[in-house]
Amino acid sequence: MTQPPISRGFRGRSPEARTDRIPPGQHLTRDFPVLSAGPTPHTDLESWSFSLYDGDTALAKWSWVDFEALPQTSVKVDIHCVTTWSKLDTHWQGVTIDALLDAAGLSEPPTSFTMIHSDGDYSTNIPVEDLIAGKAMVATRYEGNPLAPEHGGPARLLVPHLYFWKSAKWARRLQFMPNDEPGFWEELGYHMYGDPWREQRYAGD
Amino acid sequence: MLETEFDISTRKRLTWRIAEVLKIIDETPRVKSLVLDVPGWPGHRPGQHVDVRLTAEDGYQAQRSYSVASAPESAHVMLTIELIEGGEVSPYLTSDVRPGDKFELRGPIGGYFVWTVAIGGPLFVVAGGSGIAPLMAMLRHRAALKSTIPALLLYSSRTFEDIIYREELDGLAGRNDGLTVVHTLTRRQPLGWTGGARRIDRSLLASVGLSAKARPKIFICGPTSLVESAAQSLLELGHERNLIKTERFGPTGA
Repeated sequence: MTQPPISRGFRGRSPEARTDRIPPGQHLTRDFPVLSAGPTPHTDLESWSFSLYDGDTALAKWSWVDFEALPQTSVKVDIHCVTTWSKLDTHWQGVTIDALLDAAGLSEPPTSFTMIHSDGDYSTNIPVEDLIAGKAMVATRYEGNPLAPEHGGPARLLVPHLYFWKSAKWARRLQFMPNDEPGFWEELGYHMYGDPWREQRYAGD
Repeated sequence: MLETEFDISTRKRLTWRIAEVLKIIDETPRVKSLVLDVPGWPGHRPGQHVDVRLTAEDGYQAQRSYSVASAPESAHVMLTIELIEGGEVSPYLTSDVRPGDKFELRGPIGGYFVWTVAIGGPLFVVAGGSGIAPLMAMLRHRAALKSTIPALLLYSSRTFEDIIYREELDGLAGRNDGLTVVHTLTRRQPLGWTGGARRIDRSLLASVGLSAKARPKIFICGPTSLVESAAQSLLELGHERNLIKTERFGPTGA
């Protein structure tokens, strides 16, 4: 492709409404759109748990009560959905992956790659280095309130520096893997890594 | 349970192609369909979407995702676009675009919210408003292949005038090929209206929907509130979770 065609009469947002906090191809929204592939799971807190696995070996498992007792972290972050909306200054609270590794007694992650597994048969792959050093958490609160089921409650992954499908809703299990393997959307043609600043939306981007 | 149609190792980048607007169809006061010629279009499966990219004179670009509404058997790609007040892209695509205009498009994207005749039936599709678009691609595909797979569309619109593809849906239902179309109007119903007159809820799904025993393939597309409640109701009516696929149209498809 040489030059994209100019859309005659298309002006887009005024330059003042454009900000360098928005990655290429994204636009701001004030809403919080919901996108998921199937019915929203409604998992009651009594039966909920979160586990760490190394391959097929369980490393640690927390009930809701145990999980709530782990050190809590609050963050203010911008989030970017592959369907092109971005939302600035969102507030989340949860347990960082660092804190989970600590609580599991792991001095370092056992492998370099992970798969996050969720209720509803969803999964997504993320390199370990994108989860540690404060870059990611399992979030249980959004804007001060318990996370609503349609937004991934009771707990979702939050990896704000990657496209938001990586922030898997209804997260239940973090599995360490020796190699990078595709999760649900990655298997269906979405990018393996998903950096919004490099516009890695689909395979090959 | 997941169909995989890609071999990851051979995936090619989805390239931006030039789409030329051939025809603009007024569907409703707020909705238009753009019929596009896309040279090099690789074809799609019903339910998939595309990304559209507009470029302003100063080089600014805006990008949005839209479902393909046309059947794969159609010579052209149709997108159906609802005007979102205050939006950035939809006002342009629904009121400024003229035949002969060009913009960029790439796809098709998505392989989960997809139905083909080969997947089989029964097919049970539930639409709210412009959420009909990807489901229409499925119904058009079914008709193009002269399939008699039992199919049901339950379609919620605000008013009679807001029903997208109304005449074409009448025509499809009139083929007596196993497709049933049930409309419900949530805000206002014309005199003598015999369809539904409320939002899609559990009792409407129970009375007009396909039985869970038939294990229909279910596709739901529309605003989040409709999708959430329809999916939940269908689970309560005994439909299996892995047979229910959803696409939610957020309020920001602008």
